[in-house]
Amino acid sequence: MCAEPLLRVEGVCAKYGDFLAVAGASFEVPAQSIVSVIGANGAGKSTLMDCIAGVHKPVSGRILFKGEDITGLSPNGVVAKRLALVPQGSRCFTRMTVEHNLLMGAYPKHARAGRGERLEKVYELFPMLREKRKDLSGSLSGGQRQMVAIGRALMSAPELILFDEISLGLAPTVIKDIYQRIRAINREGVSVVLVEQDVARSKKTSAYSYIMLRGEMVLSGPSKELDDEKVKNAYFGVR
Amino acid sequence: MAQAVLQGILLGGVFAVVGIGMSMIFGIVKLANLAHGEFFILGAYLSMLFAGQLDISPLLTLVIVVPLMFVAGYALQGALINRVLGMGDEPPLLITFGLSFILQNVLLLIFSADPQTLKTTYQLKTIVVSDSLIVPVLYLVNFIVGALVILILGLFLRFTYTGQAIRAVSDDNMAASLMGISVKRSYSIAMGIATSTAAVAGVVIGTTFTFYPYTGSEYLLVAFGVVVLGGMGSIPGTLVGGLVFGLARTIGSQVFGTNYQMMIGYIILLAMLMIRPQGLFSK
Repeated sequence: MCAEPLLRVEGVCAKYGDFLAVAGASFEVPAQSIVSVIGANGAGKSTLMDCIAGVHKPVSGRILFKGEDITGLSPNGVVAKRLALVPQGSRCFTRMTVEHNLLMGAYPKHARAGRGERLEKVYELFPMLREKRKDLSGSLSGGQRQMVAIGRALMSAPELILFDEISLGLAPTVIKDIYQRIRAINREGVSVVLVEQDVARSKKTSAYSYIMLRGEMVLSGPSKELDDEKVKNAYFGVR
Repeated sequence: MAQAVLQGILLGGVFAVVGIGMSMIFGIVKLANLAHGEFFILGAYLSMLFAGQLDISPLLTLVIVVPLMFVAGYALQGALINRVLGMGDEPPLLITFGLSFILQNVLLLIFSADPQTLKTTYQLKTIVVSDSLIVPVLYLVNFIVGALVILILGLFLRFTYTGQAIRAVSDDNMAASLMGISVKRSYSIAMGIATSTAAVAGVVIGTTFTFYPYTGSEYLLVAFGVVVLGGMGSIPGTLVGGLVFGLARTIGSQVFGTNYQMMIGYIILLAMLMIRPQGLFSK
């Protein structure tokens, strides 16, 4: 990683009340790559992603996107820089139709032009969403809701998408399907951060992996070169 | 009885508007706005002021009252309520409670406790349908105004960017913020809509019944009832809630006399809370 990375997170700390959920986490995402952040429940992964997306304010550290300091920006400020988060548990607008959900993704001013073409692209990527476009998203299955959430993020024309535990609670076949689409999105030139508890799958999909434990990155390396035993020890905090 | 039903339906259209802003704030900001009744009656007093000064019909004063009340609601949310959000449920509730006290007493100070009315040229006109059925033009105009408010609000929420943003915030405010929507600004706009629709209701009710500064709290109960019957944040629900309350009031006054005219309404409300507390149209 010699060129300036697309996203650089430097020593971010974030608290929930008095609890330090993220304790000086640093990582980088090179342009057009897939990077995974792997960790057990409670390692601070979601809080870290929320900090990047502007939903949670970090107490210290810096977040640079395309070389620009975006630390502490509001979520609308971050999305305007072309960085989108697919939040944990999809968080669809359950009382709106699938199509309205997708169109909400194009709410930021920069994304309003060309939203028709992008909607068409989302429907090509997820033909199921076209079939269900008039249905309330609340009536969909968990996997379908994740697809709505991914489509919605794509509608903001992002250069980087953070996927926060996209596979949580989904059946293995559905997960496989969604991962295929994520790879397809990446092939279109969108960089991806995969936040996962599932070590094997995220390692297989990403070029580079970070293992997060108790709020910091404890191990990192090219996904292919990371030793499974070492990853396991880092994941569970065994020394 | 047919007369009572007709008048109840026409009144119900206005009651729906009394409740619609309350319902929006419940659904979007997740707050029971205890000052809603005062905004309602403030609308009537402002209309009285402008109608008297400019010598125009109370309905025409809406052109001034509605934007004024929108700005007031927007500013109130932005300057006071948005600041205490995320500090628990009580602080925003207490702000609206305090505000209701202040507004009521300011109205008392300025306008005294004397009963007032808004005079219109059509207040005594009627359309005679048959011997037993007379349509008072006043009620008809009120209903049309109410229906227009609900229609415009529905179209606004469905078809404008801002309206859709408000709906998204009401569904999931964290996800909405990820879409680049400013949650607090949406709250402020919603409050502006709530205060201005309340003021419209205040003006039409003011043309129909006498009012005084305490009338606000009376209609806060109506607003609560409409919201509970219809379910929070649902426009069709609010309409049905309004109709039920309107009918209950006119039929109640015929059966039990005017002193107990609201009794049926509150009995229905109580039954509703026991049987279906989420409201008829809750989503």
